Amino acid sequence: MTPILSVRDLSIDYRTSRGPVHAVRNVSFDIAKGETVAIIGESGSGKTTLAISLIRLSPRSARITKGQILYTNDRETVDIRTLPDDELRHYRWSECAMVFQAALNSFNPVINVWEQFADTGRAHGMKDTKEIHARAQELLDLVHLDPERVLKAYPHELSGGMKQRVLIALSLMLEPQLIILDEPTTALDILTQRSIIDLLGTLRKKLGFSMVFISHDLSIAAELADRMITMYAGTVVERASVTDLFYRPRHPYSVGLLRAVPRVSGAMGAVESIPGSPPDLIRLPPGCTYIPRCPLAIAACAEREPDLVPVDTPEHEARCIRWKTVAEQVGTAEVAVAEKIATA
Amino acid sequence: MSIIDPTVRGTPLIELDHVSRAFKVPGGSITAVDSVSLAIAASEALCIVGESGCGKTTTGRMLAGILRPTSGRLIYEGQDVWQKKGHDLSAFRQAVQLVHQDPYASLNPTRTVFQTLSAPIYRHKKAKGNRDATNRVRHLLDVVGLTPPDDFLSKYPHQLSGGQRQRVAIARALTVDPRVIVADEAVSMVDVSIRISLLNLLLGLRSEMGVSIVLITHDLAVARYFAREGRIGVMYLGRMVELARSEALVSDPAHPYSAALIAAIPEADPRITRSKDRVTLKTADVPSLLALPPGCTFHPRCPLAEPGLCDVLVPELLPLAGREVREVACHVAIRERQPAAELLA
Repeated sequence: MTPILSVRDLSIDYRTSRGPVHAVRNVSFDIAKGETVAIIGESGSGKTTLAISLIRLSPRSARITKGQILYTNDRETVDIRTLPDDELRHYRWSECAMVFQAALNSFNPVINVWEQFADTGRAHGMKDTKEIHARAQELLDLVHLDPERVLKAYPHELSGGMKQRVLIALSLMLEPQLIILDEPTTALDILTQRSIIDLLGTLRKKLGFSMVFISHDLSIAAELADRMITMYAGTVVERASVTDLFYRPRHPYSVGLLRAVPRVSGAMGAVESIPGSPPDLIRLPPGCTYIPRCPLAIAACAEREPDLVPVDTPEHEARCIRWKTVAEQVGTAEVAVAEKIATA
Repeated sequence: MSIIDPTVRGTPLIELDHVSRAFKVPGGSITAVDSVSLAIAASEALCIVGESGCGKTTTGRMLAGILRPTSGRLIYEGQDVWQKKGHDLSAFRQAVQLVHQDPYASLNPTRTVFQTLSAPIYRHKKAKGNRDATNRVRHLLDVVGLTPPDDFLSKYPHQLSGGQRQRVAIARALTVDPRVIVADEAVSMVDVSIRISLLNLLLGLRSEMGVSIVLITHDLAVARYFAREGRIGVMYLGRMVELARSEALVSDPAHPYSAALIAAIPEADPRITRSKDRVTLKTADVPSLLALPPGCTFHPRCPLAEPGLCDVLVPELLPLAGREVREVACHVAIRERQPAAELLA
């Protein structure tokens, strides 16, 4: 089956006074219908730059230097990169909606929730106010909010969790097939975070949309993702199913990220930070960009940037010439990596 | 009465004795912290966790002596801090230091690392002459892992990463040889990949310099890691609802609110997180601090709440019978002599 979204060899630069910042480099991935893909990596890994390019909302200083973003619906396949403006307007929200990181800043603060719905509806060709109202009520109901109360409220009158729910409801307004979420639960309290995760899980089952979410929080990926992509220094360093990535990572950076996050349940294991910091994306070193922080780096790593190669299975790829050594260290058991390393 | 952790020897170094703090807000007055008692020994690591609005930051600010309690006492080395004057108060201010959440805001952007760190050294006469001051600054940078120190002396905050800035903020707290550091969400704003190294830095100060560290965080996994040899206190709507050894708290929470939090936390482990038992609360609505429910403030959401008891009497923080060092403010858990996690199972 044709994937709903296919990103092919995408590269994005930012213009700066020091020269171009290579924020996204040769990124390729597919998202199937109904699938949830999580993109993980630390700040500066290029994950947000990548996400906003998927709806062509990148800032002016960003330039796509090459690649394609192919979106396929029932009728046709289009390249978002070259879509004319009127079709782009349809694509945004009707086909692909985005929920931004800061729920607080995504609303117009001087209009109430009803007007946010009305604005969105009208901007996308819904002319009948009654129809918009009915849709808004239905959606707020779906995200477990009281429509009567919430529609009249202004953004500042809602709690963080309620705002995030309203944003999710707004994103569903035109029944998009793909939803991009940038850090959807960061900055929310634990119990609120839990309810948003559960809500996203239920909605996905009920409505069948695909999701891409961008997060530095591995636990949300563990909850919701079918497949995972690890990004480092603007490029994909590992691509795997959620269980393979968590229990059988094959790139040392994925291992590093997994070991950096303590857990509340189960044994603590050998939790440890990744030493050093990400490379300067203006002057990238030749060879693997992870060398200065990598415990397994050898001379051969510096010769050229490694390719993304299949590891254990054809669906699991890593950009590391030392992946077999990683495999020996973490093995295949379905136990958290930090725990394995502690017992090894 | 809050007991001190008996595994930590000696008398408490610093203590909050039934402190409360009210704030005036439009529409009335809120009690951000309500009668919290906490005793901390020398070189103890303690975490205070809770959701936004629970009073954890206000508690931390009262512990650091920068916010005066509306009632109750802050006791340092057996003396009431707010009765102190002049030299004694100045000595307390040096002994207890606060590290803020946001190192982008807490460091002066126009000062170099050297200027930031040397100012308190000169002011509090911690060095004899310029050379001694420079050596102290170098030593502190070394302690916080900014090495080689000479690379950092003339840097401005904008030339440092978030993690490096937070290390400078910690070094600044250390300039005055503190005995207690209160770190308010000190790792929340740095990248996940380097949080553990900052926590290790703070833990190292505890073991190597005998500094007591109180870490305030919303992240229970961070709290578990940090306080693995100490205690975690859980706050809810201004009250301390549970205070226990870290492992006991996360594996077998005694208060129904702690149990609900731990059950709700998503874990970075798909198998564990997708099969976790949930604690279903009666409602997701958190009461307003302006109109707190009577009795136990958690009763409207609590699956264990008993009418006539929990909605009438305010539960005190009491030791749970037969369990190692744990105190809980829950009528039902205390009466049943069992942690809420077991009662809910």
